[in-house]
Parts: sequence; structure tokens; C-alpha cells
Amino acid sequence: MGTGLEVAVLAVMWTAVTAYALLGGADFGAGIWDLLAGGRDRGAPRRALIEHSVGPVWEANHVWLIFVLVLLWTAFPAGFAAISSTLYIPLTLIALGMIARGSAFAFRKAIDQPWARRLFGAAFAFSSLVTPWFLGAAGGAVAAGRVPPGLARGDVLTSWLNPVSAVTGSFAVAACAFLAACYLTLDARRSGDDGLTAWFGRRAVASGLVVGACSAAGLAVLHGGAPLLYGRLTGRALPLVLTAVAGGLASLLLARLAARPDGGRRAARPDRGRPAGRAGGTRLAAVALRLTGAGAVAAALWAWGAAQYPYLLLPGLTVHAGAAPAAALTATLTCAAVGGALVIPALAWLLVLFQRSPGSARD
Amino acid sequence: MIVSALAGPLASGTTALTAAGGAADPVVARSQMGFSLGWHIVVACLGVGMPALVLFAEWRGQRTGDPSWQLLARRWARVMGVLFAVGAVSGTILSFEMGVLWSGLMDNYGAVIGLPFAIEGFAFFIEAIFLGIYLYGWDRLPPRAHLLAGVPIVIAGIASAFFVVSANAWMNAPRGYTVRHGRVVGVDPWAAIFNPATGPETTHMILSAFMVTGFAVASVYAVAMLRGRRDRYHRLGLLLPLTFAAAITPVQIVVGDWAARFIGADQPVKLAAAEGLARTTGHAPIEIGGIFAGGRLHGALTIPDGLSLLLRLNPAARVTGLNSVPPADRPVVPIVHLAFDTMVGIGFALLALGAWLAWSWWRRRDVPRSRWFLRAVAVSGVAAVTAMEAGWIVTEVGRQPWIVYHVLRVADAVNPAPGLAAGALPVIAVYAALTVATVYVLRRMARGAPVPAAPQEADVRQHSVI
Ligand code: HDD
Ligand code: HEM
Ligand code: HEM
Repeated sequence: MGTGLEVAVLAVMWTAVTAYALLGGADFGAGIWDLLAGGRDRGAPRRALIEHSVGPVWEANHVWLIFVLVLLWTAFPAGFAAISSTLYIPLTLIALGMIARGSAFAFRKAIDQPWARRLFGAAFAFSSLVTPWFLGAAGGAVAAGRVPPGLARGDVLTSWLNPVSAVTGSFAVAACAFLAACYLTLDARRSGDDGLTAWFGRRAVASGLVVGACSAAGLAVLHGGAPLLYGRLTGRALPLVLTAVAGGLASLLLARLAARPDGGRRAARPDRGRPAGRAGGTRLAAVALRLTGAGAVAAALWAWGAAQYPYLLLPGLTVHAGAAPAAALTATLTCAAVGGALVIPALAWLLVLFQRSPGSARD
Repeated sequence: MIVSALAGPLASGTTALTAAGGAADPVVARSQMGFSLGWHIVVACLGVGMPALVLFAEWRGQRTGDPSWQLLARRWARVMGVLFAVGAVSGTILSFEMGVLWSGLMDNYGAVIGLPFAIEGFAFFIEAIFLGIYLYGWDRLPPRAHLLAGVPIVIAGIASAFFVVSANAWMNAPRGYTVRHGRVVGVDPWAAIFNPATGPETTHMILSAFMVTGFAVASVYAVAMLRGRRDRYHRLGLLLPLTFAAAITPVQIVVGDWAARFIGADQPVKLAAAEGLARTTGHAPIEIGGIFAGGRLHGALTIPDGLSLLLRLNPAARVTGLNSVPPADRPVVPIVHLAFDTMVGIGFALLALGAWLAWSWWRRRDVPRSRWFLRAVAVSGVAAVTAMEAGWIVTEVGRQPWIVYHVLRVADAVNPAPGLAAGALPVIAVYAALTVATVYVLRRMARGAPVPAAPQEADVRQHSVI
């Protein structure tokens, strides 16, 4: 062992974690905005936009999580066993939350009675809010070094019910909401509805501020609760931390720009008396907002990864010591290369197909 | 499902003897695992089988322009979309449970059985991506391209079934690893995937997914026809899936025989439990039914020399009985025997149903006129699911007390964390709600005026199935 293979697998795994956070996380966030979309009539166009954006892609986005789990147990079985045995309570709740969310979303689409639609809608929205909290709390437990190697060696409650987990859980919820608001601002812009765009744009600003507050609180609790990680976040991982901050600040600005009213349709008709450049400008801002929002969250995740490396479980298990035998790692990498070559073009086709012609948000 | 939920607690007698340390409680963990697997597998079977049916119907619809085929394709596609979502989330909890419940297994052997799951992960990607394209791209793509976009779903569904069952086959016939001082130090993942049990198990399972799908879909239309709907749409909706399933049934029985011969050689105690064979003997009979109590079978219908003949083609051949291992190493015989008889009994009953259809088709180019035929088709879906669940009980309960045959005991694999048993309660509560909601939504989709999931499905409004 110690061949570098495990680092390669780790990199693939962390890329998959990032993909799940950016794609699956945004689907959770969309559910959160579904919850907060307002009363039945006022909320209807917002919910329709959410359903329209999430519908075709959420199952594919969800598979990233499965893939992460499977990579973890194949390449780092000791880490997987330690994490899942100590954190069995939040992990079970995550799984149950995902059941409620995914099935309720599909059921709501398939059915027409108002009461049943509302019930499923509530289950979808509520579980979208709760599930990321547990995901973040479980991540916080690992980051804070509360999951020792071995089977169920950590405390099954205090490992994830502690200040660090409380903050990382809240961070996860806020980050999901932020990502979704960033993405949906562009979808709303494409649908040509100024009011809707402004609504999501304002939400992007608000949730971005909450993410910032959670990050600051996170650094503060890590300072006390996980000094090793704190030292590295402010040390070697600092460039990534700063990138995340810059991305967040840029997003706040872009969200304000993208939310300005302007109507892409009117832009085609300059006789309406608006500066024609404005339409392109707000749209460009919405596109850039997606990139900066996603970039900020990705940078935060990689900062965590960089700070924690080379530990799989702080402070008792390194990536090298926890890695599976080399043949398993090689097979996993081969599988990831071949599978990636098949899946990535298909995934790109899916995402592009449903971006190109957004249709109406109300169909 | 009820049986599999009961299997755990009943099996406790044997594992209690071997439970190490006493802190760990495999009974509840086993029940939870069996319960959630037993739930997932029903939906997963439809996930493997439905895409082929939908594509066939769509293809006929495109070729002939027949509105009945087109309508069938669209309705089945909508149901498939809902079932996929339920399958995905009910499968997700299984991935968590592998660690949450069986961390002792994953800790050491995760690397050995990880690869099939990783490959399966890519199959899931393909399924989910092309399902999104297929369902939501119905009128964004030209017809031919749309049909082609469905093909990867069929292939990936079968592939995912193959790989996950190969992981289960590994638990029955573990290969491809070396152990030193109790730890796995070397892995040959391909030898683990292609272990000797993989052939019979995966073939048997994939065929049973097709049977479950075919009979289950046909039974919906049989109910509708019993209520007087005899138009072309309903006849096609019955005939296509029924013919498909009926054609597979005889093959499945041959493959079942292969599976039985395989376990006879590889896991003789499992076969002895399935057959209720108390002691090793020549001239072993086949015993059908009966109750296994006090170490032997009472009141069974006996076919003398049957088992020896079936396994070795020799009436005098010796067959290993339960007494070849100490009582602590035996599974719970009554459950395994009952499950085995149920599976085989239903297999032959479904064969008879298919023969009835074939006979009538041969004579009159039509489905049998008798209402009894429709009634039999109406229950065939439930029967096929029952056979499939029973088969899994034979496999899983029959392997006890081993989680990895002759390598790792269940009691040593369970997560030792305190309070694990209490975790099963919310899981069962959520599954109860999920079951009610799924059944409710599927019934509404079958009978109510459906809302179109995609704009092109507006025509679906005019028809309802039951
Ligand atoms: C529609 C479903 C269905 C039907 C009609 C049958 N089976 Fe089956 N059987 C299954 C569905 C199934 C299954 C659920 O798919 C299992 C569980 C594990 C597996 O690989 O297949 C199974 C397992 C299973 C096993 C245990 C394999 C193992 O543990 O490795 C044996 C010995 C048989 N079957 C034998 C038969 C025979 C002799 C049948 C003759 C009628 C038969 N099955 C019909
Ligand atoms: C989907 C169909 C399946 C069903 C219905 C099923 C059913 C069951 C049942 C009833 C048990 C409990 C056994 C007992 O307590 O006596 C069990 C245990 C288990 N099954 Fe399966 N099983 C299925 C497929 C699989 C597959 C594909 C795997 C692959 C990895 C698997 C892995 C396990 C594990 C790890 C346990 C716990 C340990 C044990 O009791 O041996 N199962 N299953
Ligand atoms: C014999 C047993 C099994 C078969 C044939 C099977 C098959 C399938 C299929 C076809 C799907 C796609 C979704 C659908 O069709 O509804 C699916 C979903 C899933 N299954 Fe299973 N499965 C089995 C057992 C298991 C086991 C034991 C696990 C995990 C340990 C598992 C994990 C999953 C996961 C994670 C998904 C969701 C994938 C997604 O997000 O799309 N399955 N399964």
C-alpha cells in the first residue's frame, strides 16, 4: 500500500462528493424553496418552475450519492464501517428522508387530487429541509474527529449532536438553498418572468448571507472543537477558503444584477424603449451566478478535503492505512474510467437537453 | 414480505446460540434487512422488466400506428417513472444498511464485494439518465431516437440486477480474496464477481424479474376484463405481458433445477433444509408440504427416491442431510422448506397457466374464454411476487447462520452499536407509509383520470384501465 492508488480513488470520490453537493444538493434546495414558496396561489408559479427544473434530473443527480457510498466501502472499507456504525442514527434518518422526498416528488406528479398533492408536496418539501441537515451533521462528525476507527467506537449520540455538527448541518441546509436559488434564477430568467427571477434572485442573496454566517460560525466552533482541522483551514487550505469567500461575495453581487427586471422578450423589440443591452446583461449575470455559486460551494468542500488529508478519520486513520488492497483500488479506478466514459457524455446530454428549451414554467 | 419480516425473529433460535458478546442483536437487524430488501425487490423487478415491455409497445405503435399500442406505451411509461423513483429511494436505504447494520461485514469484506456495487452504480447512472431523457423527451426527440433512448434503460436494468445478485452470490460462494491474521489482505474482484454461484443465481433472478413484471402487468388488465372491458386496448395489455411471462416460465423452471443442483453440491445444508431432509441418506425422497418439527418432517407427500434422482440421476445416490452439521449451524428448517415448496408450487402453477393460454391460442387464436382463466391471470401477479420472495427466503434464511458461507457468521457481522434495534421502528413506520402511498398512487393511476406527466400525454385522459 501507499502506492498513490488510494489518493487517486480518493480524488475520484471527492469529485463525486462535489458533484452530489452541486447537483443533488441543489435538488434539496429546490425542495426547501418549495416549502417557502408561499400560499397556494402565489406560490404556484414558483413551485411549477421548481418541479420543471428538478423533474428530469433528480434521479440521475441522486446516483452520485450511491456512487460515493460504494466507492467509500470498496476503497476504504474500514472508514465506511467506522462511519456507518457510529453514525447509524443520522445515516438511517438520511435514508428515510430520501425515501420520503423522492417518492413524494414522484407521487405528487402522478396524481391529481388536490389533498393528496398537497400532502405529498409537504412531505417532499419538509424532507428536503431536514435531510441535508443530517448529511451536514454527519460530515461534521467526521470533520471534528468524533468517529474513531473501529466498529461503533464513537458515541452514537454525541458524535453528531455537538456544536460542530450543528453548524455543519445548518451550513449544508443553507448551501443547498443557496445553490438552488442560484440555479433557479437562471431558469426563471429563461422562462422570461421578471417577478419570478427577482424572487429567486433575492433568495440567492439571502441564503448566501446565511451560508456566510454559517461558515464564520463554523470556523469559530472548529477553533474550539477541532483545532487540527482549524489550523489547516487557516493554513494550507487557506487559498481554497479564500476562493470560497470570493465566490460567495461575487454571487451576492451577481444575484442582485440578475434579479433586475428586464424581460428577455422585450429586448428583441427595442421600440419598447429599453436599452437593448440590459437583457443580455441580466442573463449573463444569471449564468455567471450559477458558476460562482457552484464554485463557492465546491471550493468550500475541497478546503475541507485539503484540510483533512491525509486523514480519513481524524486523528486515528490515514487514507493510506484505511485503503483496500491494491487490486481492489485498481479495479475501482478502471471501473470509474470506463463507467465515466460512458456516463459523462450521457449526463451532459441529459442536462443540455432540458436546458435548451425550457418551455413554460407553467406547463 | 410478511414472511420475510417474520423470518428474522423466528430465526433467532439459532443465532442466539452463536451471538458473540451479547451486545449485538442480529435478530432485529436481520428482520430490518430482510424487510427492506423484500420491499425493494418487488419494485426492482418491475424496474428490470417494465422497460422492455414499454419499448416493445412503443415500437409496435410506431410501426403500425395502432393507437392501442401507443396508449399502452405511454401509460406504462408513466407507471414506470413512478416505480423507478420508488425503486431508487428504496434501494438507497439498502446501501446505507450495508454499513449501518452489517459494518462487521463491510469492514473486512467491503473491498471484496465493492466492485459489483461500483459497476452497478454506473448502471444506475445510465438508467436514471436515459429514463429522464425517455420520459421527458417524448416530444423533444424524433420517434426513432426516442425509441433508441429507451434501449440503455433495458440493458442497464438487467446489468444492475446481474451485479447486485453477483454480490449476493459471493455471500453464498465466497471467492477471490486472501486472509492473513483474520484480515483481508489480497483481493481478486473479478473472481469475486464471477464466483460459482453467480451463474445460476443471476440467471434465475433476472428471469424472475421478467416473470414478475409480465404476470403483474397482465393481472391489471385481467381485472379490467373481468369488469367487462374487452376492447383491443385491454386485450393487448393482457396478451403482451402474459405471453412474455408465460414463455419465460418453463425456462425458469429449468434454471431453478440448475440452482437446486448447484446448492446441492455447494451448500448441501441449504438444500437439505429446503427439502426437509433430516439425515444424510441414499434413496433420498422428495417431500412436498408437511410440517418440520422435532427434527423431522410430518405429513409430507413423499416421492420415493425423487431427490436422489433429481440431483444425481441415480435412485441410490446419497444426499447430504441436516445432520451433517451441528444444530447450531443449521438454518430454520420449517421456514426454508415452506418457502421452497411455495416457490416450486407456484412455478408449476404458472407453467400450467401458460400452457392453458398456449393451448387456446393454438386451437382458436384467442385467449381462453373462461372467466376462470381471467381470474387465474388476475392472481398470477401476486403469485409470481410470492414465488420470488419465497425464493429469496430460501437463499437468505437457508444460508443462516452464515452471512458469508462458512466464513463469517451473522452475529459477528452486525453493527455492535447500542440501540440499533430501536432504529428498526422508524424504518418500518416509513415503509408502512410508503407502501400505502405507493398502492394508492398506482391504483389512482390505473383508474382515475390521469394527469399528464408530460405534455404529449394529454390523450391519456380519455382512457382508464380498470
Ligand atoms: C418467479 C419466481 C420464481 C419461480 C417460479 C421459481 N423461483 Fe427459484 N428463486 C427465485 C424465484 C423463482 C428467486 C427469488 O429469484 C431466487 C432467490 C435467489 C435467486 O437467485 O433466485 C430463487 C432461488 C432458488 C433457489 C436457491 C438458490 C440459492 O440459494 O443459491 C433454488 C434451489 C431454486 N430457486 C429452485 C427453484 C425451482 C426448482 C423452481 C421450479 C419451479 C423455482 N426455483 C421456481
Ligand atoms: C432482493 C431480494 C432479497 C431478499 C428478499 C432478501 C431477503 C433477506 C432476508 C429475509 C434476510 C434475513 C435472513 C435471516 O435473518 O434469516 C436477508 C439478510 C441479508 N441479505 Fe438478503 N435478500 C435479498 C437480496 C440480497 C442481496 C442482493 C444482497 C447482496 C448483497 C443481500 C444481502 C443480505 C445481507 C447482508 C443480509 C444480512 C445477513 C444475513 O442475515 O445473512 N440480500 N436477506
Ligand atoms: C436482487 C436484488 C436486487 C435487484 C434485482 C435490484 C435491482 C435494482 C434496479 C433495477 C434498480 C433501479 C431502480 C428501479 O428499477 O426501480 C435498483 C435501484 C437501487 N438498488 Fe437495487 N436491486 C437489488 C437489491 C439491492 C441491494 C441489495 C442493494 C444495496 C445494497 C441495492 C441498491 C440499490 C440502489 C442504491 C438503488 C438506487 C439507484 C438509483 O438511485 O437509481 N439494490 N435496484
